Amino acid sequence: MDEIISGIIRAFQLIFSGDPSFYGIVYRSLLFSGVATILAVLWATPIAMVLGLKNFRGKSIIKGFFTSMIGIPTVALGLFLWLLLSKAGPLGFLGLLYTPGAIILGEALLVTPLIVSIAVNAVESVDPEMMNLAKTLGASESQASIAVLKEAVNGMILSNAAGFNRAIAELGVALMAGGNLAGFTDVLTTDISNLTSRGDFSTAIALAIILLAIVFGINLIIVVARNPRILFILGRMPQ
Amino acid sequence: MTAIIEMKDLTLSFGNQRVLNDITLQVEEGEILALLGPNGSGKTTLLRVLAFLLKPESGEVKFQGEKVTDKNAEKMRIQSTMVFQKTLLFSTTVFNNVAYGLKMRKMPKTVLEEEVRKALKLVKLEGFEKRSAKKLSGGEQQRVALARALVLKTKLLLLDEPTANLDPKNASVIEEIITTINHELKTTIAIATHNMFQAKAMPQRIALINDGKITEVGTSTDIFNKLSRNLAVFAAVDNTFAGSSKITGAGTTTVDVGNGVQIEAAFQKQGEISVFINPQDIILSKKPLESSARNVFTGRIVEITDMGSLVRLKVDIGKLLTVQITKRSFNEMGLNLNYNVFLTFKASSVHII
Repeated sequence: MDEIISGIIRAFQLIFSGDPSFYGIVYRSLLFSGVATILAVLWATPIAMVLGLKNFRGKSIIKGFFTSMIGIPTVALGLFLWLLLSKAGPLGFLGLLYTPGAIILGEALLVTPLIVSIAVNAVESVDPEMMNLAKTLGASESQASIAVLKEAVNGMILSNAAGFNRAIAELGVALMAGGNLAGFTDVLTTDISNLTSRGDFSTAIALAIILLAIVFGINLIIVVARNPRILFILGRMPQ
Repeated sequence: MTAIIEMKDLTLSFGNQRVLNDITLQVEEGEILALLGPNGSGKTTLLRVLAFLLKPESGEVKFQGEKVTDKNAEKMRIQSTMVFQKTLLFSTTVFNNVAYGLKMRKMPKTVLEEEVRKALKLVKLEGFEKRSAKKLSGGEQQRVALARALVLKTKLLLLDEPTANLDPKNASVIEEIITTINHELKTTIAIATHNMFQAKAMPQRIALINDGKITEVGTSTDIFNKLSRNLAVFAAVDNTFAGSSKITGAGTTTVDVGNGVQIEAAFQKQGEISVFINPQDIILSKKPLESSARNVFTGRIVEITDMGSLVRLKVDIGKLLTVQITKRSFNEMGLNLNYNVFLTFKASSVHII
């Protein structure tokens, strides 16, 4: 309990410390995971649309594949990336190993199955007649797909948020493919791991609290942005 | 009259089931054509072919003389639109719903706003622009769906059971709108219905469809007067009975429809006839009503169908009578399968067909 309290105090000290190395870690965490999520959303959304709207042979196998890959251990993926991106590996020529690019690529791959699975459910929950409705109102195939996407927007946002949460909270990819290089590829999770190994528990706990606060805060912003009435309702709750 | 749609030898199957069977039919420009048949007869599938949403496996469809193919189907869809039986609205305002098709056609904003306003006025929903479409009542939602189609001013309007899930008041509003747009805008309308009364009142021509086949095509007069026996027996459409009628001493007619059921009608006709009673004209009660109505029967509820704000019940009085009541009444009366109930309707509610 004392360690948690000292961790909370340490967290506030760090936030108001003006320490550039701390701010750098937070910035890199948000940047790498944010870009990774955007990248994953860009390729996961069309995949989800096809899986959600079309019927074809092998569809259930592909859906099953994405579902099963949701739980892929981050350290296993990190190791796999290390083997691919190392100088001896087939993609070694890209020079990505131990760079932010490796973390972004790895986290994008990590969260893709999660985003696809949730997004497919969201698309499938839209009335199957929506495509036909849009077409009969003059929409092309792509315009009709966008209409379906709009109807599934709440589920899509949920999938994106879930993807970001998984990306920013993972350790294995950032450690193995990113190398945890100070001031370059270190992020909140790798630092927490480092500090814990060194016995600096209060700082580790502080960073964990900050990581939780970031995840909670971003998700709260998404919830309120989707439904601003929540603020009104909270404001009117009895004291 | 020129044909706006020509269908020849259309067939369509879903899996092993043949749904449309050698359909040959024309829809004339400016007419209201009713596709009349029971549930599962192929009406909706045929409408979807006319909406260029489904492609027949064989046969030919021509729209304004041009053959419909995969390549031009998207272009053809701009010239027709369909209102589905199940009301489907976008999760946005009434305005955005009605404006959707116009936005697809890249209509300028000021013109678009005016057209949406006019369409909402036509369906008696002025002032509803900013309201959330999905929070409206069932009847209002159906009118939004209709406005969304009407605003496009397409050459062909396809309506799939437009009043099936509506109470009589909203159904009447919709029917009035359909008739108005046909008269004023000369819109060609194909309407799928299993409602005999609606099929008689609105269209210029009727195509009877059963088991995926067109069995008869003709004017309302042809179908209902000259072909009445075929109509009564071919599809077991709700509350349609064939029987022998006798004029009574009181100047009404008693129609024996079999199984001990004798229906009293206000008209005078002797001989073999077919009659129809609108489900909405029948009053259902748990106890016998004391009223001026000539027809009172007791029977057992054998089927209950939830239709949103309405409930359809089939009551076995010796013959199956379909009754339509509000869901509120259904719940308040605590009705259920196998309950014994009383059905009451006036002699004037019995229509000869």
